[in-house]
Amino acid sequence: MLPDRSEIVTMTLRSNGQHPPQAAIVVEKLGKMYHIGMREKKADTLLQSAAGWITAPLQNFRKVRRLSQVANDDAADIIWALRDVTFSIDHGDVVGIVGRNGAGKSTLLKILSRITPPSTGQVILNGRVSSLLEVGTGFHPELSGRENVYLNGTILGMTRSEVDRKFEEIVAFAEVEKFIDTPVKRYSSGMRVRLAFAVSAHLESEILLVDEVLAVGDAAFQEKCLNKMDGVAKVGRTVLLVSHNMQVIQRLCSRALLLQGGQLVAVGSPGQIVNRYLSDSLSGSMLDPVEVGEELRINRLGIVQNGTPAGEFLDGSLPFEIHVNYDVLRPVRNLLFGFNVVAGDGTNLFRTYDLLDFGMGERQPGPYDSIFHLPGGVLPAGYYFFEILVGIHRLRWLSKGEIRLRLNLGGVRESDVDYPGVVAPIGRWTVLQTDHV
Amino acid sequence: MSAGRSLVSGKNRLPINRRPDTDFMKTESIVIKPVRGRQLVDWRELRDYRDLFYFLIARDIKVLYKQTVLGFGWAIIRPVFSMVIFTIIFGDLAQVSSDGVPYAIFNYVALVPWLYFSAALTAAALSLVNNTEMLTKVYVPRLAFPLTPIFAKLVDFFISFAIVFVLMAWFRILPTANALFLPLLIVLMMLTATGMGLWFAAMSVQYRDVKHAMPFLTQVLMYAAPVVWSGSLIGERFGEIGRLLFALYPMVGVIEGFRSALLGTVPMPWDMILVGFISAMVMTISGLNYFRRMEFHFADVA
Repeated sequence: MLPDRSEIVTMTLRSNGQHPPQAAIVVEKLGKMYHIGMREKKADTLLQSAAGWITAPLQNFRKVRRLSQVANDDAADIIWALRDVTFSIDHGDVVGIVGRNGAGKSTLLKILSRITPPSTGQVILNGRVSSLLEVGTGFHPELSGRENVYLNGTILGMTRSEVDRKFEEIVAFAEVEKFIDTPVKRYSSGMRVRLAFAVSAHLESEILLVDEVLAVGDAAFQEKCLNKMDGVAKVGRTVLLVSHNMQVIQRLCSRALLLQGGQLVAVGSPGQIVNRYLSDSLSGSMLDPVEVGEELRINRLGIVQNGTPAGEFLDGSLPFEIHVNYDVLRPVRNLLFGFNVVAGDGTNLFRTYDLLDFGMGERQPGPYDSIFHLPGGVLPAGYYFFEILVGIHRLRWLSKGEIRLRLNLGGVRESDVDYPGVVAPIGRWTVLQTDHV
Repeated sequence: MSAGRSLVSGKNRLPINRRPDTDFMKTESIVIKPVRGRQLVDWRELRDYRDLFYFLIARDIKVLYKQTVLGFGWAIIRPVFSMVIFTIIFGDLAQVSSDGVPYAIFNYVALVPWLYFSAALTAAALSLVNNTEMLTKVYVPRLAFPLTPIFAKLVDFFISFAIVFVLMAWFRILPTANALFLPLLIVLMMLTATGMGLWFAAMSVQYRDVKHAMPFLTQVLMYAAPVVWSGSLIGERFGEIGRLLFALYPMVGVIEGFRSALLGTVPMPWDMILVGFISAMVMTISGLNYFRRMEFHFADVA
């Protein structure tokens, strides 16, 4: 039975410390549904389209009104972004949420941070919550760094005196001491992002919800952020973290949840969950044609070894090729087309683009095959993921890791003792017996 | 021994048996579920976020005239130029009655509360739409957004109000004792902007028509209020009942009240002010109710 209207109620449970809440976050049968707009009817005749013009306001009104109404849950224009999700998180846990795009990760965090109400179920949060869904929310370009720290801090739920106390620390962390009274519009984008993250990183809540915000700044600053998050976890705060970066999940989290199509499918150690997530992603050489932006349609992926099509299992000691067949739909310049090669545990191994062969010139519309040749014996036995990267140089990504190909490399040394390491070039040895002189 | 072991040695020692960041933990739980809210305003929450409210108002004031040459001079230029234009058209050409005082000051005294009202109403109505980015990314009490301009726009109001005294000195008019009631009229003016602003803000969540309607609507509302014409015409034309019905639009009482208090052209229209006050209260309470129903959908509909 669904209520006709969804709202959020904040209650204060006075437990007076006698019954300390056991879990930091309790999520019970949580569901969230959205109306996606129904397909619009097309007019067949001039008369119909004229009638359409006249009745358009009425139809628009119905359409807009429906956006906020909760109808029957089996109606055709409804999708469940989350369904029947139940879990609880103890105080001090750092929990990663893993899942593909559209699995409901961000919806879950949005409900937990009270941005959007759930359609069913409930959440109990024991402790002050702050969310880091996007850094720099509410930054105003005309205001100085100092003014923005106060504005952003209070937006995130701090009081003025809390910001006062943390101010020096925030500014030092962001490394913008010299420019703190300069309007933020004169900052470089790096400075702005650092300052924004610094404010967020100094929140003093017991429960912290984090969505992909660790991917800001340059490598050095990212490392600093990760260390900061490590520190946050160590002092006993509860963190719920959404990330596509499996290394971050494994490094920071003590537990992980796997979401799939809005449902919770697995809970476990980060290692287990990351493995499960990665092996659930597309494997083998089958793929429905998929459009990547407006520029490209990927039709087929194929793996070839010894001149014959191969499946998921390959001999790692021999060279193999990965064939990607795609159509370029409109002329495109500076296309980056390639792979991120990721080990089974989420370690990013290397990245490669076909511009090594094609260059940055314009690709005319039509069918293409891009073939990546990897020599044998580079990678040790194990699972690998070849994530397809498609982008336009210095402009935008069309696809970044949404499509991945799973490979299982066996190898000559499979039955051998133990050869640890992330790469396995066999190389060449020379052993000479030398005489003592 | 208990405090002897620490995670970090040196100055920043963190004793291992204490969790510094959980010491301030309050025994407070937040329950999120899909049910109807009963409370019109969550005062406790607004109190928790009072600093945010302060910084939002400060932001609006600081940002308003950034990178302008005239800065707060605009707060004077706008009403003064409007007054000049209205004086030429309505006072001079159309010979509209101005209750026996020079048309310029008759009009300016009305323009001061009017321009506040139209600016605050427009800003409040569009406050949610203009802060979409913030509303879909973090949770803050949404009520803070339409309420911010109600206070931020007071700065312009008081600056332009100062010019009233310059004009009064110029035309040698003394304020009446009723000027003591001006704070009351200012409160009514703010309440009216709040009530109507809440309605339009909540409506704008779903219907972006509000954005296109506002410039037109404020114009209609201006001519509906006795800004360029005299409020005494209402009584002459529609009688006593018509006068009170007209006062349901609270700005009528506010503007006539300003004229009475500062220029003494008419006796203080207490009946109109009372009707306007009741009407503004009804608008505000029903607006809060509607706003509360709509605000949670914002992140989904935006």
